[in-house]
Amino acid sequence: MTAAPGTGAAVDGEKAPRRGWGWLLLVPGMAWLAVFFLYPTLQLFFTSLYDPSGSYETGYAMTWHFANYVDAVQDNWNLFVRSFAYAGIATIVCLLLGYPLAYAIAFKAGRWKYFMLVLVIAPFFTSFLLRTLAWRTILSDQGVVTSTLQTIGLLPDDGRLLATPVAVIAGLIYNFMPFMTLPLYASLDKVDYRLIEAAGDLYSSPFTGFRKVTFPLSLPGVVSGTLLTFIPACGDYINAELLGTPKQYMIGNRIQSAFLTEHNYPLASSLSLILMAVVVLMVVVYVRRAGTEDLV
Amino acid sequence: MAEHKKDLRLEALTKRFGDFVAVDDLTLTVPEGSFFALLGPSGCGKTTTLRMVAGLEDPSAGRVLIGEEDVTYLRPYKRPVNTVFQSYALFPHLTVFENVAFGLRRRGVKDYKQKTADMIELVQLDQYAARKPAQLSGGQQQRVALGRALINQPGVLLLDEPLGALDLKLRRQMQIELKRIQTEIAITFVHVTHDQEEAMTMADTIAVMNHGVIEQMGTPGDLYENPETTFVANFLGQSNLIMAEVLHSSDDEVVVDCHGQKLTVARSRSHAPGRRGWLGVRPEKIFLSPAGAGEPQPANVLTGGRVTDVSFVGVSTQYLVAMPWGQELMAFEQNTGQREALRNGDAVDVLWSPAHTFLLDATQDAHAGIMTPEDAE
Repeated sequence: MTAAPGTGAAVDGEKAPRRGWGWLLLVPGMAWLAVFFLYPTLQLFFTSLYDPSGSYETGYAMTWHFANYVDAVQDNWNLFVRSFAYAGIATIVCLLLGYPLAYAIAFKAGRWKYFMLVLVIAPFFTSFLLRTLAWRTILSDQGVVTSTLQTIGLLPDDGRLLATPVAVIAGLIYNFMPFMTLPLYASLDKVDYRLIEAAGDLYSSPFTGFRKVTFPLSLPGVVSGTLLTFIPACGDYINAELLGTPKQYMIGNRIQSAFLTEHNYPLASSLSLILMAVVVLMVVVYVRRAGTEDLV
Repeated sequence: MAEHKKDLRLEALTKRFGDFVAVDDLTLTVPEGSFFALLGPSGCGKTTTLRMVAGLEDPSAGRVLIGEEDVTYLRPYKRPVNTVFQSYALFPHLTVFENVAFGLRRRGVKDYKQKTADMIELVQLDQYAARKPAQLSGGQQQRVALGRALINQPGVLLLDEPLGALDLKLRRQMQIELKRIQTEIAITFVHVTHDQEEAMTMADTIAVMNHGVIEQMGTPGDLYENPETTFVANFLGQSNLIMAEVLHSSDDEVVVDCHGQKLTVARSRSHAPGRRGWLGVRPEKIFLSPAGAGEPQPANVLTGGRVTDVSFVGVSTQYLVAMPWGQELMAFEQNTGQREALRNGDAVDVLWSPAHTFLLDATQDAHAGIMTPEDAE
């Protein structure tokens, strides 16, 4: 008879977690986001609607001036287009370079696998700024790369690398490469080698097997890698500033100068929010089309 | 296709991994349309052999032929061979239909839709065609793997422990079904397994493999009734092996001395080259008779036994009988009710027909091939 209440208690004990205190685990993260993301974003939104005739010295009046957005787009649409173009090209090149690299690390590196992964991450041990400055030296007019390209005729004698779109995009590619490679590696590494053998057994040449099995199974990595590259690349301004000229400036440069040099806060805020909105929109469309929810 | 005989032939096939010889100079022929089992414990080289036939492993030496075609170094996707993998290796991003259609589509078969639908029906998965493998049970996944391979009508279908992941009841069911399908479509099946019961239930011919070589090959009945090595005697079913001295042999029988008692073995069942040998008999071939009750017919008799253990299993009773030289023999008796069950401590004579006796090489390990529970996965 004593067993019965004991059993009952055990059942209750099992039910208790189901009532759900698990959400409490979310509290620290949510609190952090509320303070450091939600509040600043709201603040940004309100700032973007201030009267633009105000200034840093005189202060701004809240006039719900939605025309700020129209002005921001009209004056800077070319910077938006350039940003998305540069970021898009950089993302595609990162994918083309990163996929074979991730594939080699996942399937061919053998005991060098973890060493190669460390090499992929190694650039993070130095600051982003320093590395980009190093690229400035590498691509400089007197540098080895420029003179070599001039010697073999790929670049005219007065041609430059630095201060061209090529330099800015190259910088973006270099800086965001790990963000592409690591997610690709993670999903390729999960692909069961036996599936590739099975594809071979079922009349797939190595290339067909890749196209029909390996690549589809690595799509989650392609999606997350391209997002992790494209999104930050859209907002980047360091590469354009250090490797380019105002002719190569991206939207990030404009936002930076509006905030820190001109102190035109309403403009800077509306530009930031437009960038955010467009990127979110692009991501939603992209993820929908890639159909990641349909993947394993 | 298939005008010529498409026997699968392995000629002196060898595979070395470094110093380890996984498959050692293996030669065998699998006749077209037969159900052939490669049976052996894990690590005996059976899976490596299979992978060499599939083209997933390159042999170190030797040849693989299908009919007259040498496929030894042909890439897997160019061989008329398909595999049902142990892990099934179903494509997780494709539906059941797409998985089954995979091989046909790669070969550009035009009416693949109809053929795929027919195959899905044959493996009884009609209502699951649109599902992904993750939404199927183990048995259903197994059928997809089978259908995906069979649809290509390969010259040889390889099955790598295909039922290993299923529970006992489902495994029995699938064994019968596999056998039915094989009979229906008459494709050569090469089935790799460590489960002797599975091999015996399904295969026409079994090759028992151990340490990279074939110990013995034959029909399930041959292997069981007339094992040629201690490994086969123990790996297929159970055997009593008793040390015996060969006294003399004629054209049709061998007489041995077994701890002072004379027994005979048919010449064709004697596989011991030397003066000594392991005298073997299966436990279910043994009769136990209360001591001194006499012999009903010409029999091999060992007297002086004493029952030390009685296990009642329902259809039969399993006895352990201690012999004067200290060895315990196993005996399984049907519970026919003809005689009172024996009890612990009863003095008994152990008798069996010479036709059920075999004699094995004394230099072999009497315990070879006895599987402990850990070996059975």
